[in-house]
Amino acid sequence: MSGFLDRMLGRVRLGGWLAVAAPVLAVVFAVLITSVVLLIAGKEPVEAFTTLADYGTQPRSMVMTLNTGVMYYISALAVAVGFRMNLFNIGVDGQYRLAAVVAAAVGGAAVVPGVLNIVLVVVSAVVVGALWAAIAGLLRVYRGVSEVISTIMLNAIATGLGSWLVSEHFGVLTGNDLGTRPIPDDAHMPGIPLIAGTPVLVNGFIVVAVLLGVAYWVVLTRTRFGFELRATGKSESAAVASGVSVKKMIVVTMVMSGAIAGLIGMPELLGASYKYSNNFPTDLGFTGIAIALLGRNSPVGMAIGALLWSFLYNSSNQLQLLDIPKEIVQIMQGVVVLSVIIAYELVHRYRMVAEQRRVGRQLAAPAEPPKAEAAV
Amino acid sequence: MLRNRVSKLAATTMGGVLLMAAAACGGGDDTTTGATAGASSAPAEAGGGAKVGLAYDIGGRGDGSFNDAAAKGLDQAVSELKVEKKELEATAGETDAQKEERLRLLANGGYNPVIAVGFAYSGSVAKVAKEFPDVKFAIVDDDAAKGDNISNLMFAEEQGSFLVGAAAALKSEKGNIGFVGGVDVPLIHKFEAGFEAGAKAVKPDIKIQSKYLTQPPDFGGFGDPAKGKTAAQGMYDAGADVVYQAAGGSGAGVFEAAKAAKASAIGVDSDQAALPAYADFKDVIITSMIKKVDVAVFDFLKNFTTGTVKPGPTVYDLKAGGVDYSTTGGKIDDIKPKIDEYKQKIIGGEISVPTS
Repeated sequence: MSGFLDRMLGRVRLGGWLAVAAPVLAVVFAVLITSVVLLIAGKEPVEAFTTLADYGTQPRSMVMTLNTGVMYYISALAVAVGFRMNLFNIGVDGQYRLAAVVAAAVGGAAVVPGVLNIVLVVVSAVVVGALWAAIAGLLRVYRGVSEVISTIMLNAIATGLGSWLVSEHFGVLTGNDLGTRPIPDDAHMPGIPLIAGTPVLVNGFIVVAVLLGVAYWVVLTRTRFGFELRATGKSESAAVASGVSVKKMIVVTMVMSGAIAGLIGMPELLGASYKYSNNFPTDLGFTGIAIALLGRNSPVGMAIGALLWSFLYNSSNQLQLLDIPKEIVQIMQGVVVLSVIIAYELVHRYRMVAEQRRVGRQLAAPAEPPKAEAAV
Repeated sequence: MLRNRVSKLAATTMGGVLLMAAAACGGGDDTTTGATAGASSAPAEAGGGAKVGLAYDIGGRGDGSFNDAAAKGLDQAVSELKVEKKELEATAGETDAQKEERLRLLANGGYNPVIAVGFAYSGSVAKVAKEFPDVKFAIVDDDAAKGDNISNLMFAEEQGSFLVGAAAALKSEKGNIGFVGGVDVPLIHKFEAGFEAGAKAVKPDIKIQSKYLTQPPDFGGFGDPAKGKTAAQGMYDAGADVVYQAAGGSGAGVFEAAKAAKASAIGVDSDQAALPAYADFKDVIITSMIKKVDVAVFDFLKNFTTGTVKPGPTVYDLKAGGVDYSTTGGKIDDIKPKIDEYKQKIIGGEISVPTS
């Protein structure tokens, strides 16, 4: 075991290489596990992976991957804002659904024309998401209620409230589906012909998602607010000692997280369904948690995670055509998240142990400092 | 040794990446769009050998209820009409884009006809059917999707529910009955409305308790026996002695509660007292409201093989034998003449059953 770590010691210099190795290892590990599962299920892994590769490179599926990925990415950002401050906003799911209900009703009422309506819809979604999340923030600050508990409960309340709003106030029956009044044509978010070779357009909200990702990075790493947020996340007492109002930070962060959460349903509402109905996508908030973990809260990492997740999700139909059960997709998604966490943890531990060894050796043999290892 | 292991790992990884990349390049030319591919798949009106594509609602084959009924019709067509089948299942929480893609993959893969199970496919069928004018589509439980190549298979659930409502009222000794709905959606409201009307036709002052297990978009109420059990238990505790469930997979919980309370329950969709899966509860299931999705699916496929598919809605009501009540177990034999009387009145138009 020690020999193993000794060799790792030599690799510490290749810190950058290791940083790349972790995700690669995770993917390899995930592929291996999935192959084993496929073999147990009596399916040919190579065939499955070639199908996936085939499917993933067709223009149409690339567009679908992007479109679902946009929603996943916004959701992951909403979750990550909280994560960076050790706030677990499990309520992203309820926040985006309630926001979508209200925004859909506002848009369907068409009080203002065209682009103004789009802006109005987006703003109302952001406001509703922020307010709903603020409840959990205020409960935490003034009543000491854990935000994990309160957001989970608020999810259930949001479901009931949204359903009541649709069935009692906003609902229009089409066949057997109950939904809000459709948003008029002039207030549809235009698609972007980003990928050649298919008539399907990329959802216009991809621009919003990219801007949000950049804003997330800038705010967290380049502003005083971001510094205070990260500081509070690392050590609350240290933050207090250096003059950060933790109470204020908790409420503001929850509100930010909820505001972003409000946007999750917008690509679907303004770019695809144009109404909130019983068919509106659910559980996006929980997917966001998985992707935030997968992307380790980094804006680029989460983008890659969102696309990977979305690609796997969308290939479910194609795999079923090969008689591969759709559950294999969920297994893959789960295994990827676990592998990433484990791979990073392993690399992290190797590094710590390696560091200890290096220091220990330097202390034990101070006579020979000009060794290559010392120059890390 | 580690160095070796690591380099081996690196080599495997690289190999894998290259392989994936190569495969990716190979697949790039496969870019058919719906509109053009649709034209190539001419309708196989010749009968046997037709490739049937079927897209399930959430729950899929094996839900012991609605999807299974569709599967039964499909299986019958496979054995009797010699058609080929391909079944695709839905995932929870998906958008219309995924549903469209499912139908498109089927139509594009030469499957004709394509059957969509459940009203959730309404928008996607309407859209994809336009892209494939030569493929016949059918959708169960929806009449909002309209097109020259779309057949809407509709059911008069309220009529069947009226009959079991009458049965419940006739069988109830306490004058107190219950309704458990899976999810609070308009489709299930039809079951409730019919049940209520039937019960009140027998006994105008009967007490009817009603509960839905979940609110949309949470469709968990169609697959959560624990919730069904709690709801039904509450009703039996509050004095009900017959409970009707329209709750898909959650129905098992309602039966369990009925058994524990030594009371009665009414099944839905299939003749549930006759299902092996519910053998434990056949003593408490006095009757079931049968919704013959299997018959509708089979009829549609049969019409397809003989080239007589009719676009637009076909309503499977009491008159057409599309909905009915079951008598398995003989628990309602004594009141059968009365129920049949109501049945004839509905068929004859003397009674018109409300839908909400």
